[in-house]
Amino acid sequence: MTAVAATAAKAPALSVSVRRLLDRYVLRLYVILAVAYLMLPIVVIALFSVNDPIGRSNFAWRAFTLDHWLSPFGVPGLFDAVATSLRVAFLSTLIATTLGTLIALALVRYQFRGAGSANLLIFLPMATPEIVLGASLLTMFVSIGEPPFFPLSEFTILIAHIMFNISFVVVTVRARLAGLDRNLEEAAMDLGANEWTTFWKVTFPLILPGIVAAALLAFSLSIDDFVITNFTAGRTVTFPMFIWGSYRIGIPPQVNVIGTLIFLIAVGLVALSVVFQRRSARA
Amino acid sequence: MFLRRHRWIVPYALLTPGLLWLAAFYVWPAVQMFVSSFWSGSVERGFTFSLENWTTYPDALDRYSTQFQRSVLYAGAATILTFMIAYPLAYAIAFRGGRLKNLLLFLVVAPFFTSFLLRTISWKIILGDDGLVFGPLKTLGFVDDSFRVLATPIAVISGITYNFLPFMVLPIYVSLEKGDQRLGEAAEDLYAGPWRPGGTIAGAIASGLLFALLGVAFGYSVPIMAAAGAVIGAVAGTLFLSEGFIRVTLPLSLPGVFAGSLLVFIPALGDYVNAALLGNPGTNMIGNVIQSRFLVNNDYPTASALSFILMVAILVAVAIYARLLGTESLTEGRRL
Repeated sequence: MTAVAATAAKAPALSVSVRRLLDRYVLRLYVILAVAYLMLPIVVIALFSVNDPIGRSNFAWRAFTLDHWLSPFGVPGLFDAVATSLRVAFLSTLIATTLGTLIALALVRYQFRGAGSANLLIFLPMATPEIVLGASLLTMFVSIGEPPFFPLSEFTILIAHIMFNISFVVVTVRARLAGLDRNLEEAAMDLGANEWTTFWKVTFPLILPGIVAAALLAFSLSIDDFVITNFTAGRTVTFPMFIWGSYRIGIPPQVNVIGTLIFLIAVGLVALSVVFQRRSARA
Repeated sequence: MFLRRHRWIVPYALLTPGLLWLAAFYVWPAVQMFVSSFWSGSVERGFTFSLENWTTYPDALDRYSTQFQRSVLYAGAATILTFMIAYPLAYAIAFRGGRLKNLLLFLVVAPFFTSFLLRTISWKIILGDDGLVFGPLKTLGFVDDSFRVLATPIAVISGITYNFLPFMVLPIYVSLEKGDQRLGEAAEDLYAGPWRPGGTIAGAIASGLLFALLGVAFGYSVPIMAAAGAVIGAVAGTLFLSEGFIRVTLPLSLPGVFAGSLLVFIPALGDYVNAALLGNPGTNMIGNVIQSRFLVNNDYPTASALSFILMVAILVAVAIYARLLGTESLTEGRRL
């Protein structure tokens, strides 16, 4: 009787502990494999930036060289493409972040008629496939048929990038605003600050991390956008358009150098912001 | 003060510039695209609008139904694959991440810091006929010399799977993290043990199917692969699927799974980059047709009709989804 009870109590305990042990190591192994899978293409991009291909096809490993890192813009057109991308990304980030932050303030801080429709209008561009966004802008530009909308130019790319960035900025800033303690603003008002002063001295500094995050997101979405740009660029060449254009004749390794540099700069910025946040959290 | 007396104006004043931009460059273009689908003519001679051109729609659907079906198939397959890869990863980060949690999350989104096109082209190098993966496998004799993945549906689907994987991991992670982890532990304290025989059966079926698909893809014997997969799945299911997970944790994370599925499925459905770079003309999706109709053939009416159909199909799906689960959970995953 006691022996039966003892084995009955012991059996599940044993299987549970075996399961826990396996669970720990199998899951750990899985995470390592998954991260390796995610990193693999990035490693390949970096690897082929130091490859020395024969001719223009940079698809097979041949020999190590640092030549392309020493002349990252040694391909005609690449510098202009990167410069165009940076210009569009900078301007679209600036404008979209401003417009989007204003919308987020209105949506979180005020109750008004039509808030539902405003939310819907902000949500829709994020739920529409990029190809439809690009294609519909193209048909509109073509049907207008006059400058500055047609022929397509850097200006039409900018219009498109601001459009798709606004929604992402609203969502990011809104999240930060929603988590904000309203008592802080009310305290400022109680102490005699007017709305304008309260906004700039209390609200704005508090939501600034959200605005910076939104701007970084907008910048990275803009600089890497290909699909919408493909429809609104005309003859203008951005960095992704340069990659697409040189794909058939062979992508020069300098493109991999720029791609790797963008990755390193982005990782560096994230690392910096983490250090910065830790320091301000400690202070 | 004007503003103090008319406070109701403030929110509208804040909204107007941004919403006008969206109205002018999202709503109006969408309307214009619908109008363009009733055009006839050409770029050189100009387009004329006539309601009689409604036949563009049935014609386009008829001519490109294969590509539409293919898009749904590829996007669906990629969504299922991203779920299968993402769930254990999100689970591990949320519950076993510990101090590495933030670093792991960063690594999940790290691919977004490199160019989308370059990432996709990397897969061309990796999956190439004598590339990183199949070169060694062929030398060792594991796969036949004539075997290839590049320029097949598998290459397109794996490209889509890789490119949109973070969109699946993040919402699942958020929903797991937000849910109370103690609920799963409480279930175990209340004697929720291993899930038997459900875990064995579910594991055997899921892994058997997966291995059978791999068998089809790589040209191995399907019954042998399926049987091997079923055995492995049965063992894994018996060992790892607990009742606490099936009855508590998994249902709690379903909103994240739904959000992730849409965030992967929508862009995958309209994608043409993966099919263009990794596939062949036989793997063209509806995005490739729209792209070439617009930018190569200048066939604006057909292209507009196709994009309009694509947009309506997706918005209907999203509307049903939003009605069921709310829009908040949709935007959650993209908030980074």
